[in-house]
Amino acid sequence: MVTSVQRAGGAHYGWRDWLSQRITAVIMLLYTLLILGVVLWNGGLDYTTWTRLFAGGAFRLATFLFMVALMLHAWVGVRNITMDYLKVAWVRLSVQVAVICVLVVYAGWTLALLWGAP
Amino acid sequence: MAALDRPVVKPRPVYLNLLAIRQPLAAVVSILHRASGALLFLVGIPALLWSVEASLVSPETFGQWKAVMRHPVAKLVALVLAWAYIHHLLAGLRHLALDLHVGLDLPSARRSAAFVFVLGLLLTLLVAVRLW
Repeated sequence: MVTSVQRAGGAHYGWRDWLSQRITAVIMLLYTLLILGVVLWNGGLDYTTWTRLFAGGAFRLATFLFMVALMLHAWVGVRNITMDYLKVAWVRLSVQVAVICVLVVYAGWTLALLWGAP
Repeated sequence: MAALDRPVVKPRPVYLNLLAIRQPLAAVVSILHRASGALLFLVGIPALLWSVEASLVSPETFGQWKAVMRHPVAKLVALVLAWAYIHHLLAGLRHLALDLHVGLDLPSARRSAAFVFVLGLLLTLLVAVRLW
């Protein structure tokens, strides 16, 4: 039933995710340009150049920032896909939980790669 | 009162068969944005993490990684992922422009969709040349 006064309801996470999707996209764009620049500057990458790059703290931090942006971006994107195509609540929830678990594992893998024991 | 005798609900298609409709290019670019995003999540991120790990651990694993990447199937996977990344990035930039109300009119939106689609394929071609 439509009442005379209706407020737009909802959890209000929509605009926040909309914004975060764009911020993370720009972060990844900048990192992509950085990598592209490094590769073109060196004319390809051999093992020495590649590892020396990762020896730098600033580059590790930038890489970590990129990976965090990537995980958040992937979460919002994949969640949107599940909301569009998975109509059964428990199926949708299960897939979303699985996606979160996978992304957390990826984030842990990234941490181990960047600052873990050699 | 003849007007009232007419059914309120006009006969319309019960469903839309997406495959039977000729999609405008913007729609194709949009669905490819989603498909490429899904592909990057499912294959791209694990492939990226595996590659970074293998290439960093030691000169031996770096060499092994290069050897794997010489295989034609690996090159094909890399090429598809490269296209997915490039297309997703370009289509995303188009989204950002539209968010900023740049190119919102129909002719501009059609042109930018075509531009994104073609530039994505051209840059992927560059990657292919580099891979083979």
